[in-house]
Amino acid sequence: INHIVHNGGLYKRPFNEAFEETPMLVAVLTYVGYGVLTLFGYLRDFMRQWKIEKCQNATEREEQKDFVPLYQDFENFYNRNLYMRIRDSWNRPVCSVPGAKVDMMERVSHDYNWTFTYTGRVIKDIINMGSYNYLGFAQNAGACQEAAAKVLSQYGAGVCSTRQEMGNLDKHEELEKLVARFLGVESAMTYGMGFATNSMNIPALVGKGCLILSDELNHASLVLGARLSGATIRIFKHNNMQSLEKLLKDAIVHGQPRTRRPWKKILILVEGIYSMEGSIVRLPEVIALKKKYKSYLYVDEAHSIGALGPGGRGVVEYFGLSPEDVDVMMGTFTKSFGAAGGYIGGKKELIDYLRTYSHSAAYATSMSPPVVEQIITSMKCIMGEDGTTVGEARVQQLAENTRYFRRRLKEMGFIIYGNEDSPVVPLMLYMPAKIGAFGREMLKRNIGVVVVGFPATPIIESRARFCLSAAHTKEMLDTALKEINEVGDLLQVKYSRRRLVPLLDRPFDETTYEETED
Amino acid sequence: QWVLVEMVQAFYEAPAYHLILEGILILWIIRLLFSKTYKLQERSDLTLKEKEELIEEWQPEPLVPPVPKDHPALNYNIVSGPPTHIITVNGKECINFASFNFLGLLNNEKVKSAAQASLKKYGVGTCGPRGFYGTFDVHLELEERLAKFMRTEEAIIYSYGFATIASAIPAYSKRGDIVFVDEAACFAIQKGLQASRSNIKLFKHNDMADLERLLKEQETEDQKNPRKARVTRRFIVVEGLYMNTGDICPLPELIKLKYKYKVRIFLEESLSFGVLGEHGRGITEHFGINIDDIDLISANMENSLASIGGFCCGRSFIIDHQRLSGQGYCFSASLPPLLAAAAIEALNIMEDNPDIFQTLRAKCERIHKALQGISGLKVVGESFSPALHLQLEESCGSRENDVKLLKRVVDYCMNSGIALTQAHYLEKEEKCLPPPSIRVVITVEQTEQELDKAASLLKEAAQSVLN
Repeated sequence: INHIVHNGGLYKRPFNEAFEETPMLVAVLTYVGYGVLTLFGYLRDFMRQWKIEKCQNATEREEQKDFVPLYQDFENFYNRNLYMRIRDSWNRPVCSVPGAKVDMMERVSHDYNWTFTYTGRVIKDIINMGSYNYLGFAQNAGACQEAAAKVLSQYGAGVCSTRQEMGNLDKHEELEKLVARFLGVESAMTYGMGFATNSMNIPALVGKGCLILSDELNHASLVLGARLSGATIRIFKHNNMQSLEKLLKDAIVHGQPRTRRPWKKILILVEGIYSMEGSIVRLPEVIALKKKYKSYLYVDEAHSIGALGPGGRGVVEYFGLSPEDVDVMMGTFTKSFGAAGGYIGGKKELIDYLRTYSHSAAYATSMSPPVVEQIITSMKCIMGEDGTTVGEARVQQLAENTRYFRRRLKEMGFIIYGNEDSPVVPLMLYMPAKIGAFGREMLKRNIGVVVVGFPATPIIESRARFCLSAAHTKEMLDTALKEINEVGDLLQVKYSRRRLVPLLDRPFDETTYEETED
Repeated sequence: QWVLVEMVQAFYEAPAYHLILEGILILWIIRLLFSKTYKLQERSDLTLKEKEELIEEWQPEPLVPPVPKDHPALNYNIVSGPPTHIITVNGKECINFASFNFLGLLNNEKVKSAAQASLKKYGVGTCGPRGFYGTFDVHLELEERLAKFMRTEEAIIYSYGFATIASAIPAYSKRGDIVFVDEAACFAIQKGLQASRSNIKLFKHNDMADLERLLKEQETEDQKNPRKARVTRRFIVVEGLYMNTGDICPLPELIKLKYKYKVRIFLEESLSFGVLGEHGRGITEHFGINIDDIDLISANMENSLASIGGFCCGRSFIIDHQRLSGQGYCFSASLPPLLAAAAIEALNIMEDNPDIFQTLRAKCERIHKALQGISGLKVVGESFSPALHLQLEESCGSRENDVKLLKRVVDYCMNSGIALTQAHYLEKEEKCLPPPSIRVVITVEQTEQELDKAASLLKEAAQSVLN
């Protein structure tokens, strides 16, 4: 399925998203693969139960053996038999700043991933394509780090109180004004954790008698927030505007399920960039629908803030729309700003309400001061207020890297999902064995990638995911691409049946980029 | 002649089309017998025009209702500078009796320099969740140190204190399980319970007889349906030192109930970690209980350790499960390394100076005694609890008026140099809303003169405002 919408009314730039279909043979082989693994899983469980094989799980205490078992055996079947085999691809310990190159502690397992031991060696200078470092602000030197160090020595690391009690520092007020200015909204409020921003504020905005329309592939924090609110949740197909419109129409015409009373309000939950698919939300169409049906829009820009748009202001700027059209703009500081925490921006009434009734303001500790300072400095850098053009250069560099990397991968013949402009690049692997193999082979060649399988993705659509960064130079990308090419040939993951015609072999320079910009 | 023979004869003699028609009718009857009952679809009989009219007419509520300008929770106190022992609130310099900085580690130079070293090495953020290159060696070290300190097998860290218990409970307790929880449990526990969708049974605060009654009722229920009882997990969730009431939970009786009725105990120790016990290990050390008897201990590092985040500790059998099913762990970025380094250094200080706990407790006793006898205000909380509440002895009728009255007391104290705060709650969301109160927090840094000054100032304030 290939959607290219050129200047069709609402879109001011081409919206090019592609999700190539799974080849039939590959799908069948993947299912066969999972079937074989499940059979072996049953066999091993049988052997463990009959003590033929040693059971290496931790077990319940002797005194509590007659309590109701804490875990059902079947729940952990997937864990024990499939996840455990390739467990070394995740939770890799890092021991340096997570920039473009990272150092990792070497770990080995002598009992097939049940336990790990650290050899003490450090693998240096691994090209990091797994950390969410879109604008390269994960640095341990430079203006941001120095400012954070100064604030740390002045304020200390913790705060020890909630926002409503004694934890509202002048730094927090400064940050909130800056965030509001950055986004172009009336005011903003910040929280200590991005996940908690969603799960604690959606319940404050909607309650029983309201309707939430949420995208199929929304993040766990949005799903948790929607559930905790007590509102009715309806799901529309991923990025599918016809599905959303149908749900909106039905909701307004028929009202609440059995009583037929009209809904109090309707909230649409979408994300800016979906991190597993690499797709960008069709914001112009969503806003048009929202206006037509008088509902409210909540955009979670966790991955898109700083990464999209010519000024790094996120998905709203990318489409050239006004921030006033989005009722609640939420985002996190973890990805593009190299810090931690989340924010919500919107009209002043909204933020006043959240300051009074948000769960986080009343019960959770406020953000740590050095983290706040890091956000302030990096945000000023992106806006150009620190007097340099470093921020602007980084945003442009990220966009260049994205286009180059995606184009080269498609030329090589891999199946890549998602929008052309999204810095999250999923590469399809499909088969369970290739998940582990891809991760390990890339690590042998000194490149760190993230591989994901079930349950974060549908069972046959396992993938490797690359996160590009403005800190990656062209040499690093070329090295990575060469290695990916090798590993792709070795593992035979070049499934794409549409060969893209490679652009004319001209050197990639400034003029090339300006042509594709509008 | 036999009727059967006649029938068979007629069968042979019937014309072909007759047989075929009969055959079809029989098949049709069989199909009707076995087909599902015909469901009426949700067919609306509205025309397109009517639908459009309905869409035109519908008016939603505003996204948020307006908040009155004088709402007590709307205007925050602005603290300029660090929230340490001497704090500048709204421009006035005061002695800090409101931040949970029990061991005074917020301003400690060693902690700050450890955090600085970590900042120079790692930068600020971790740029990823624990599963995807967000696990740093400082996190692993902090987890090991916490497990060693609490003398358990394993510990797991979260990057936000609230999310710790709110993610831990739904990882184990699912729909259909039963949780017995104290009425005065804090909001984070309530949210964790709500997310778990289990059956919640509240028992009266610290009332073991009430809890035993509920457990007995559950036992009789189980006998009616033993198959279901064999797969229903049961948990008791209690706090070591309750944030809302300042008193301690009777842990030895709870352990007896645990083994008698086969229920697991989850203990939330945010206030008691680093406060109770000879070495600060919390309520288990205070009562001298074997730590393996408690299934899960959860605490946040934002009070005694003066950092950010939280941790859970217990046996590997229990803790390891959260690494794949704790929502706040798997789907959220990990703790910034400088905060983890600050926590490690704070733990070092706690281990090297075990006498600060005794000092803290002595100070708590002192002020507890000094605050007795204030006319109009009563002290709520144990004598060794570092966070106590001052509630109005008699309410003036409505909660709003009580809150306003307490605010005047707090303002009087702030103007004279003691920073206090009221305990803030979300009134509509709490299950059992505690009465309005002033929160008094005792830290190790406060001198005896300051404690006495605070007590006498509160007496004065109560005199002038409440009489």
